[in-house]
Amino acid sequence: MPKTPARKRGTRQKAELAAASDATQNKCSPVLSPKTPKLDRSTTRIKQDVTNNFDLLQETIRGKLCNNQLPENVESFKEQKKHLLEILKRCANLGESNSALLIGPRGAGKSMLMKDVLKELHENNMDITKNLLEVHLNGLLQTDDRIALKEITRQLNLDNVVGDKVFGSFAENLAFLLEALKTGSKESKPVLFILDEFDLFAHHRNQTLLYNLFDICQSAQTPIVVIGLTCRLDVVELLEKRVKSRFSHRQIHVFNTLTFDQFMQVAEKKLQLPKDFKDKSFMKQWHENVKMAFQDKTILDVMKKHYEVHKDIHSLQILFMYPLSKVSALRPHLSAADFVEAARLQSLDAKPAMLHGVSVLQLCLIIAMRHLVDITEGEPFNFEMVYNEYLKFLQKKSHSIQSYDKAIVLKAFEQLVAIELVHPADNSTRTQKEYRPMNILLTKSQLVESLNSYQGCPSEIKHWAVHPVLS
Amino acid sequence: MSVMDRTEESVIRGILEEIPCRENQINLLCDLFGKRNQYTCPALFIFGHSATGKSLVVSTLLKRLELPHAVVNCVECYTQRLMYEQLLNKVAGYQSGPSNNYGSFARCDNTNDFVRLLRSAIAEQCTQEETVYLVFDKAERLREMESNLLPAILRLSELSNCNVCVILISQLVWGKFRTGTGFAEPLILHFPDYSKAELLDIVSRDCPPGYTCEFYSSYANLLMSVFYIACRDLNEIRHLALLNFPKYIEPVIKGEVTTDNAHKLWRNIEPHLKKAMHTVYLREVSSSQWEKYQQEDSEQFGALTCLSTRSKVELPFYSKYLLIAAYLASYNPAKTDRRFFSKNHGKIKKSACPNPKKDMSSQLLGPKAFPLDRLMAIFYSIVDAKVSTTANIFSQISSLVTLSLLCHVGHDDQLDSPRYKCTVSLDFIQSVARTVSFDIIRYLFDFVQ
Repeated sequence: MPKTPARKRGTRQKAELAAASDATQNKCSPVLSPKTPKLDRSTTRIKQDVTNNFDLLQETIRGKLCNNQLPENVESFKEQKKHLLEILKRCANLGESNSALLIGPRGAGKSMLMKDVLKELHENNMDITKNLLEVHLNGLLQTDDRIALKEITRQLNLDNVVGDKVFGSFAENLAFLLEALKTGSKESKPVLFILDEFDLFAHHRNQTLLYNLFDICQSAQTPIVVIGLTCRLDVVELLEKRVKSRFSHRQIHVFNTLTFDQFMQVAEKKLQLPKDFKDKSFMKQWHENVKMAFQDKTILDVMKKHYEVHKDIHSLQILFMYPLSKVSALRPHLSAADFVEAARLQSLDAKPAMLHGVSVLQLCLIIAMRHLVDITEGEPFNFEMVYNEYLKFLQKKSHSIQSYDKAIVLKAFEQLVAIELVHPADNSTRTQKEYRPMNILLTKSQLVESLNSYQGCPSEIKHWAVHPVLS
Repeated sequence: MSVMDRTEESVIRGILEEIPCRENQINLLCDLFGKRNQYTCPALFIFGHSATGKSLVVSTLLKRLELPHAVVNCVECYTQRLMYEQLLNKVAGYQSGPSNNYGSFARCDNTNDFVRLLRSAIAEQCTQEETVYLVFDKAERLREMESNLLPAILRLSELSNCNVCVILISQLVWGKFRTGTGFAEPLILHFPDYSKAELLDIVSRDCPPGYTCEFYSSYANLLMSVFYIACRDLNEIRHLALLNFPKYIEPVIKGEVTTDNAHKLWRNIEPHLKKAMHTVYLREVSSSQWEKYQQEDSEQFGALTCLSTRSKVELPFYSKYLLIAAYLASYNPAKTDRRFFSKNHGKIKKSACPNPKKDMSSQLLGPKAFPLDRLMAIFYSIVDAKVSTTANIFSQISSLVTLSLLCHVGHDDQLDSPRYKCTVSLDFIQSVARTVSFDIIRYLFDFVQ
């Protein structure tokens, strides 16, 4: 496993100088020249420029990766975009109410599509956006209808109207708001409701909010468009009958249909600088740099492996964070080793990594549990059985490992429960902890794999893991 | 700008010196954090065993680099409101005190308000340009709170449109957090455990004045040879090292041995450390008791074993018998009662085939529930004297339940044929039986066969 060496902060100033001159003289050389150039004014200035450029580069690309900024031009989902635009335009121009659901897996680009459509509206159809009101709701934030209602009032700037009124109940408040919406005719301002995490709204009591929104949609009152974003394919089944019947059943599917080549193009675009970047020559050099990196065999392998596991862009952005964070004036190139390390971080099998840190005693207990489960074919076990199995091993097989008191073994066992490698099979707390039925959440292959990398594991224990003690 | 960088670098160098054996993690975190105004990953998940420096590294980095941050412990903040208000107070730099009647920055009950108020708190501090770090320590507790909380926290930067980085610190692996329809995945960082050499390096740093570092580190090595197989926790080992050091140097102070005679010192300390393993390590003897014991240099270990012999409980005479009867009823199969307790049990059938369930003795499987009638029958049979069935006897049973020596099984009926289980260990019941000179082993099915 290639480990990136710890960066020596102390020598960074000097090395930076070297890198700066290096980068200007020899564009593609990845090795740093060992000699330090003379400190004259021009090199200092160039160095300053290069560091500034790299800071700017970090800032823009990090913004792209972490801030979910909209890409410059969205090419995918043309059909869906046209469909959505049509709905919005019809609502704004003709006063036609509508409802639709955007359905797609996580990270497929639902929110991006929505943002893109809104951006398009803002840029090209000024007259529409001038009187289109937007209300953004999120199922994670507006966890019940009362909060949602408050948020709607706030976003529609009606709180000054509501402010001095005292409402007796939720229903009254809702009625008032609806009245404000209903009194409008076809000529009044259209309202666009965007419900992110739509499936969570379906868990609200009586689905009052959804019912009322869809109801306004159905009856010709204020023109509104309700667009729900969700990742549940069965979301319509969650709706109550009366809500479902008012919903237009217009579903827009946003699925990730990128082939590997397209995926790589998206990846490359993610790392490219925007067109309005100041230093053009630096930008060109960086783009070449990125292109070079994606032709590297190791990086291609990493990307291929990543593509086979996750196709979504979100995980791609997380993958890029690590190699990008390593790029600086000191190391102006994306290195293959960083990509490998990033992939390792993301796909790290966490349980063997955790097993690596348990003590030898705990390892013995885990092996004993594994054997118990194998013998009883998945029946839960308790601490006494594990302890008994452990004692059997000590008596028959072991010569070097000392035996421990039951209390000490119990302490080790409880630590395993605390890190949830072992899980209680029932949730009763009435039995003694020694007799509580437990399950182990670790497969045999994981155990054997981590035994190989375990430092200082006695060979008897390794042998025991494969060959159980027969009574 | 370069001046800024230089101070930052010297700070990081200082941290690297202060926190040994975590260079990779510190450098990685610094790289991910980047410059103050640059975006960081929206969410970071840091996991590793206890005492691997997770919280220490994160909090020291944030504090020393003077980044705007707020750290909350999810055990302390057991409701949404407590957590959100504490986070807001810290982000907004709000001090609650007598001047503001111990209030908070704002009242905040739900995530919706939190996101709105967070935006205003960040605006108030004029830190819009900088990344604000929100650290959730012991993040495994977040799973037990409202189901929407964790997904909302993980996409906080998207929801609030602020430059926010959320850091979750936990002992558990990330797989245990995933629920429902999933959420925005964080960047996962693993803090590996310290190796033996690293542990030694860290422990030998708190060498008491007056002794060389090598001396202390050789002592730590001896200590680890006793404890390392059972315990790899840095905190525990450090605590034990400091606690037992006075005993280790005692011969040196007395002038019996010089510091370089490691063998004699080892001979002196080894039994002491083994004793410590059974007492201090299990917290059966508190550290202060242990220190006192070391100072007094008393041979009378009996005074020390007060907690470890917690299996001595003073009970009334009949309660003892009731408890013994309950233990017998719990651990013996009902069909063997006649053989053990009846005066003339007739012929014992030598069963041709041995019991198929013999391999799992009831000592392994745990106690079984029994009805009250059976308890009373066994009780009358093992008590030699004639006992009248008084209210006293029955109240003693219920007081045994409140002492949680017995436990009531099934809540359905309190009066009509209640069922109980005996929840004491074999050692305990043996010591109870000894006080009434009753040989319990002879009556236990597992041991008689």
